[in-house]
Amino acid sequence: MRKCSLDKLQSVFAAVNEKMPIYLPANGSDGKAVYTKWAEGVELSDSLNTVRSPKDFFFPQTENMMEFKTEGKTIEIIDVRDEKEDFVIFGVRACDVKSFEILDRVFLTDPVDSFYASRREHGIIVAMACTKPSETCFCQTFGIDATEPMGDVSAWKTDKEIFFKANTEKGEAFMKAIEALTEDADTKEVEAQKEATKKILKKLPLAELDTKAFGGGKTSEFFNHPAWAELSESCLGCGTCTFVCPTCQCYDIKDFNTGKGVIRFRCWDSCMYSDFTRMAHGNNRNSQKERFRQRFMHKLVYYPENNEGIFGCVGCGRCLSKCPISMNIVKVMKKIGGETK
Amino acid sequence: MQMNEHKPLIVAFCCNWCSYAGADLAGNNRLNYPAEVKIIRVPCSCRVNPMFILRAFQRGADGVIICGCHPGDCHYTSGNYYTRRRMAMLFSMLDYLGIEKERTRVEWVSAAEGAKFAATMNDFVATVTALGENKRLEDLRCKK
Amino acid sequence: MQKITKNQLLDKAAELLDNGTVTAVLGWQKGEFDYDVTPALFENKEELFANFVWNDFCGANFSKYLIKHTRKVEGKILVFLKPCDTYSFNQLLTEHRFDREKVYAVGIPCEGMADIDKVKAIVGDGISSIDCGEKIKVTTIYADAAVEIDGKDVLEGRCESCKSKKHVAYDELLGEEGDVLDSNRFDEVARLEAMTPDERFAFWQNELSRCIRCNACRDVCPACTCEKCVFGNPKSGVENKSPANSFEEKMFHIIRAFHVAGRCTDCGECSRVCPQNIPLHLLNRKFIKDMNECYGEYQAGAEVGSRAPLVNYTTEDLEPGEVFDRRDTDA
Repeated sequence: MRKCSLDKLQSVFAAVNEKMPIYLPANGSDGKAVYTKWAEGVELSDSLNTVRSPKDFFFPQTENMMEFKTEGKTIEIIDVRDEKEDFVIFGVRACDVKSFEILDRVFLTDPVDSFYASRREHGIIVAMACTKPSETCFCQTFGIDATEPMGDVSAWKTDKEIFFKANTEKGEAFMKAIEALTEDADTKEVEAQKEATKKILKKLPLAELDTKAFGGGKTSEFFNHPAWAELSESCLGCGTCTFVCPTCQCYDIKDFNTGKGVIRFRCWDSCMYSDFTRMAHGNNRNSQKERFRQRFMHKLVYYPENNEGIFGCVGCGRCLSKCPISMNIVKVMKKIGGETK
Repeated sequence: MQMNEHKPLIVAFCCNWCSYAGADLAGNNRLNYPAEVKIIRVPCSCRVNPMFILRAFQRGADGVIICGCHPGDCHYTSGNYYTRRRMAMLFSMLDYLGIEKERTRVEWVSAAEGAKFAATMNDFVATVTALGENKRLEDLRCKK
Repeated sequence: MQKITKNQLLDKAAELLDNGTVTAVLGWQKGEFDYDVTPALFENKEELFANFVWNDFCGANFSKYLIKHTRKVEGKILVFLKPCDTYSFNQLLTEHRFDREKVYAVGIPCEGMADIDKVKAIVGDGISSIDCGEKIKVTTIYADAAVEIDGKDVLEGRCESCKSKKHVAYDELLGEEGDVLDSNRFDEVARLEAMTPDERFAFWQNELSRCIRCNACRDVCPACTCEKCVFGNPKSGVENKSPANSFEEKMFHIIRAFHVAGRCTDCGECSRVCPQNIPLHLLNRKFIKDMNECYGEYQAGAEVGSRAPLVNYTTEDLEPGEVFDRRDTDA
């Protein structure tokens, strides 16, 4: 483990930036944290987390896949993929680090999504341990340890210092870039911080929430649950929950006619939208209840069914704070999960 | 310097009952107006939906002008009165978003005013040429 | 902060359910924490007494829900309307979006709603309880003592420039009626108007670039009641699920603001729900301000059946070019 004092943090960013771009949560003009490319003067935000999740780095909201140009009877297909360079995402919380694993299981299993894979390969994740979780946090529910985030490098920030520990080869490369600025450290302070945070985690209002009731093979148990109607009754059908979610991975592929050619691009899609997965015969989910149910069944039943029991939620709490009507996965779990809370 | 070299693309929405015929008259009288003006015929100036204007900018227009019958002369009695209010509000909004207000215009041109049509277009093209390329409401995908 | 109590609302709802006036109650339902309130339809007294809540976080405007619920529910629905909600209620009636006969509207006074983000800016994160009395009493897991906040210090942005405490529609009013206020709601618009076009462009570019096109603004908006929105219709040619570039960001917001111009009551729901804190109300207010100045004062929803400026005209209206001159001479 290596450490450096916090006043050297800007030098750390500068040192990394020499080699590759580094992105970190910085406060935007509205005072909310947003991943920002580091440049002189960009400060690490004190916020617990960003409004938008870091999934954008690997799975951007819109991305061009290819272009077509027609001349006479020939169609030319143009590859628009650009060479990726290595980059660092700094300050990713434990929940969001876990979300990458969930996305990996979708995009990196056969057939591998090469756009995602290329970005993933080039991204170095420096994860930051939490010390002040919010009431909306429930990562513990999914077995995530907020005090010991994974990623290529784990980092802990105390009042005066910041500690780094490499977990992977890519992480070693990062450590090397900042070697001159850091010194060897023992784990005492980090351990103390972890203990303190763990006590706080136990006090969180959602600390007792568990997933016992859910998992693969529970489709028939929950699909026709009477509570779906009530839970989805006030749902506006907007896409906020899906777009701030670090694990929502659905997308649509569309063509844009530029007048001179066609750009094929993909963009995030939301199961809350009425034309989600629309097919030749029309829509397969015609009511908001069915759309709403799909989102939660996917996270709590379908995903674990296909992925060795791993749930499709990481408890980051973004949907809890951003849903316009404050309906969210916690309320769903408590309602249809019954007494197990 | 370079700005002046840019040849703007102008979209003119012309009412079928007046300015479209006005453009015809301008042609018959051999009055010059710039070839950069692309005319789209509409049944009435109030047929122009704000989306048409934005889409014109998206597809590469540098200026959009709407030509209708003089107030009081609408073929459908009142269409151009609605146009007047709608476009006043829309253009004010574009200006509010920082998009140059000189890029949009409404002019009343009757079927008898071939000369006015030509003069209006000459003036509008000169104004937009001076402004240069539309950067603030452009869609780069359509410019490649 | 609120002068009317939850029990007053509950008693009224129970009375109307008991005497058969209404068969369901549209109200706010309590959540996990004390601030995450969800709109809900209560169909019996048990549900109502178990889950109904009224506090400083009940900002949701119910008017739009009436379209859906009046089609579904047999009998009348009791709806609680804050003053600003009543304007949306009237506007929807003007547009014949629901059957007035199926609604029993109870007007309730509102002292302004609190913004949880502003509360958190004062007390920090980790809220364990919020008690809304005269003051807002907040406890967190990080502090031993509760913090007392004056509701006026954490008002939602829209409530800071409240336009009216007067109810323009109701069957019955609880508490005291207020007045239409002399609000400063156009100040921010005027500040933007006074900027140079470059500054305005930079301002909006920065704000709108945060848009993630979640459509929350559209879906919560009581004026956006199209059965199928052009931006959600694959056949419209302009449908886009996420903004591909700054043009698409602008197009959506310009068209949306234009489409509700003259019908927007300035209830402020769009800015309240925006997950990216984009001040969307400033677009709508610009239209309202312009229309007031050019075509005479008009408040959408102030009465049922009024004709909005954009579906009306006079032969003496300003020319589009003169709209700019008006401001240039003002300044």
